[in-house]
Amino acid sequence: MSANVNTSLPLEYQTHQSRMNILGFWIFLGAEIVLFATLFAVYAVLYQNYAGGPTHQDIIMIKEVMIQTLLLLTSSFTCGLAIYEMRRNNVKGLISWLVITLLLGAGFLFMEINEFIHYIHEGATMQTSAFLSSFFVLLGTHGAHVTLGIGWAIIVIIQLIKRGLTPVTARKIFIIGLYWHFLDVVWIFIFTFVYLKGMVG
Amino acid sequence: MGNIKWDEFFITGDPLILGAQVSIALTMLGVLFGLTYLKKWKWIWREWITTVDHKRIGIMYIIAAILMFFRGGIDGLLMKAQTSRPEMGLLSSQHYNEIFTTHGVIMILFMAMPFLIGLMNVVIPLQIGARDVAFPQLNALSFWLFFSGAMLFNISFVIGGSPDAGWTSYFPLAGKEFSPSIANNYYAIALQIAGIGTLMTGINFIVTILKMRTKGMTLMRMPMFTWTALVTSGIIVAAFPIFTVALALMKFDRLFGTHFFTVSSGGSDMLWANLFWLWGHPEVYIVALPAFGIFSEVIATFSRKQLFGYKSMVYATVGIALLSMVVWVHHFYTMGSGPGVNSFFSLTTMLIAVPTGIKIFNWLFTMRKGRIKLSSAMLWALAFIPTFTIGGVTGVMLAMGAADFQYHNTLFLVAHFHYVLIPGVVFAVFAGLYYWWPKMFGHMLNERLGKWHFWLFNIGFNVTFMPMFFLGLNGAVRRSYTYSAESGFAPLFLLSAIGSVILAAGFAVFCYNIYWSIRYADRNISSDPWDARTLEWATASPVQHYNFAKLPEVKSFDAFWQMKKNNEGLTLKDSEIEEIHMPSNSGQPFMMCVIFGVVGFFLVFEWFIPAAIASVGIIVGLIYRSFDYNDGYHIPVEEISKTESTWRNEKGEVHKHVG
Ligand code: HEM
Ligand SMILES: [Cu+2]
Repeated sequence: MSANVNTSLPLEYQTHQSRMNILGFWIFLGAEIVLFATLFAVYAVLYQNYAGGPTHQDIIMIKEVMIQTLLLLTSSFTCGLAIYEMRRNNVKGLISWLVITLLLGAGFLFMEINEFIHYIHEGATMQTSAFLSSFFVLLGTHGAHVTLGIGWAIIVIIQLIKRGLTPVTARKIFIIGLYWHFLDVVWIFIFTFVYLKGMVG
Repeated sequence: MGNIKWDEFFITGDPLILGAQVSIALTMLGVLFGLTYLKKWKWIWREWITTVDHKRIGIMYIIAAILMFFRGGIDGLLMKAQTSRPEMGLLSSQHYNEIFTTHGVIMILFMAMPFLIGLMNVVIPLQIGARDVAFPQLNALSFWLFFSGAMLFNISFVIGGSPDAGWTSYFPLAGKEFSPSIANNYYAIALQIAGIGTLMTGINFIVTILKMRTKGMTLMRMPMFTWTALVTSGIIVAAFPIFTVALALMKFDRLFGTHFFTVSSGGSDMLWANLFWLWGHPEVYIVALPAFGIFSEVIATFSRKQLFGYKSMVYATVGIALLSMVVWVHHFYTMGSGPGVNSFFSLTTMLIAVPTGIKIFNWLFTMRKGRIKLSSAMLWALAFIPTFTIGGVTGVMLAMGAADFQYHNTLFLVAHFHYVLIPGVVFAVFAGLYYWWPKMFGHMLNERLGKWHFWLFNIGFNVTFMPMFFLGLNGAVRRSYTYSAESGFAPLFLLSAIGSVILAAGFAVFCYNIYWSIRYADRNISSDPWDARTLEWATASPVQHYNFAKLPEVKSFDAFWQMKKNNEGLTLKDSEIEEIHMPSNSGQPFMMCVIFGVVGFFLVFEWFIPAAIASVGIIVGLIYRSFDYNDGYHIPVEEISKTESTWRNEKGEVHKHVG
């Protein structure tokens, strides 16, 4: 388990331990895919069981959701820029783009929470029907992931400021980047199969 | 707070449970007193609780699993006692429900899985010639989360009441409507906590096996146990998230009134059954595959031959893993999925018999013309083949959708899965324990006691479960706490109960064997007492904390056997020793265990505010970990050379036999 350093690789891949961490995280994302796939499957089974409660068309606020989508997609792009700056060894650029990414993520979250509050005021709660149970839990799980991602990124940014760009901090940033893109992909599925499909019935 | 009545917090009134409470209290006092008296607190904290050493973590898994085996076994014996005569009054129907539920959950999730994961922990890094797993601290966290979940589940019967809806916890029975007490919350929450640990283990072992193999150890030179551990880890990663979701939705239904599985408001109870078995069937293979790996090692070693058909073994393992994902409906043919669906799943289920059969024949051919040595470990492997085949053949009977309408929910099924799980898992962990015990502790388990253990357990097992096939065919249903004298079931039930006493006697001999061997067994043994074939035997017993002073180089399958035969790579010159980098201990995993346990406990009782406050601790623990830049430490050359000289002989060689 000697350091086994390979300086010809990007910073985040240089140590053996980092390479293992990144592979481990990919496998973790595999598990996350199964997790979301299961939630989607549950939603697919229950999405028409309105039980006399509101239907998709009754509640969905498509305009707000479009903005959320835009925010999250943009944040994925800025996250890519952050990694690009990391590869250029530009810590300031890296942190700036990361902060922008998180702000966009926070904007997404803020809108999503407002959306949920709106639904609840309309009388569409998790307890209303099986459709709404699966709807809220699928979206809520995604939202909880975004929240976690923001908190986690803040912690790593603090480490980045304290320690600068090292193989360890670079690896941590890179892994957060993977996570963030993954959440974006999940959102695309949610947007398509929950919102768009819900609109057309 | 919540809906618990305080006078029901501790379960009272039942003499059996009172006895258990008293004995739990006494044991805990005894342990605390013993540790204080022997001044062992520091030792246990430094050497065990905070350890990140894969071997010690493995041993802790195994100890926990043996304790859980004891608990689950007592449950089994109580059930057997209750049904030994018609209309027995030992257990009430409610108590019987609780006991078969905790028995099933504990045996599968807190006995079989940790036992195998424990052996994997001890052996896999050694077999691939590594110094630890990829993520040692995460490994400790996995263990402590499993432990947290197991303890939470186990206190249910004294505090708040045991879950009682079966290990499958089907809805609507397990829902709030029909199980209003908090008891079933224990199921959802304890398994969730343990499940997170298992998922981490899966990831950890995949990365370990893919990335930490020593030089020359290609995938197709890996020992069979390592292969099965890899494939099992893959199944864990693919299947456990499904269970995570299912349990979370169960909690939502029970705690927050959602409608995933309820009968009203559009929920679907069958959705639970599907999700449960989408995880549950692969789970069976999560425990069976490493067990097959253990048998492969044991059979090859004690037949003194290379494993026959290694490649086909690997493909069969992967094939079983893939097939295991597409058979789940066979658990509920009777629930009306229709003939088309049932036929499809009958077919996939029967297909599993093909790769499994390949394995059986490979083991037989490995033994053919081998010089078989009937050690205790080998005896378990030998007994496994015919008994497991009975389990497999009855499995094919159950696989036929149309026929299953007859067998479903009878003791025939219970006999079938015990014939799969006991030979397929319990025999394997016994074989593995006898085989690797000297590796773990530097002395053997007593072979004579081992034979007593083997024969009592084996005879007891067959006498217990064989009658259940016939009871089931005669119509005795499972999960039924009693039967009438007119049913005519009494003689076979009595025979089965007698069998379980013999089986328990076997287990007692096993425990005594551990005690005897720790006290009296010869410490002066070779580091390779079985003349074995794989790399874990190429180093000291018990293994030094850094595993290998010099990482071995592999040139073929059965690497250590080749090294011995060609007399290469066995020596160690002082000049070859270099500093070794090792990870530091950490108390964080144990703290997480405590915090998860507390949060889980509050959630079980639906005390949401305390639970929310306690879960801040989880976040603090994660942040602490993120800021922890401890990079481990280096073992100096002198220390290594001193350690090595204590077990190598004058020529600096490991003992070798090879004949
Ligand atoms: C050690 C001796 C054992 C005995 C005497 C025993 C006995 C029993 C009995 C009497 C039942 C309930 C039958 C009924 O439905 O009324 C049962 C159920 C069960 N057993 Fe065992 N068993 C043993 C070992 C094991 C092992 C090693 C495993 C798993 C690795 C296991 C897994 C199960 C499961 C999953 C159930 C079903 C629980 C349910 O219905 O929810 N058992 N066992
Ligand atoms: Cu199955």
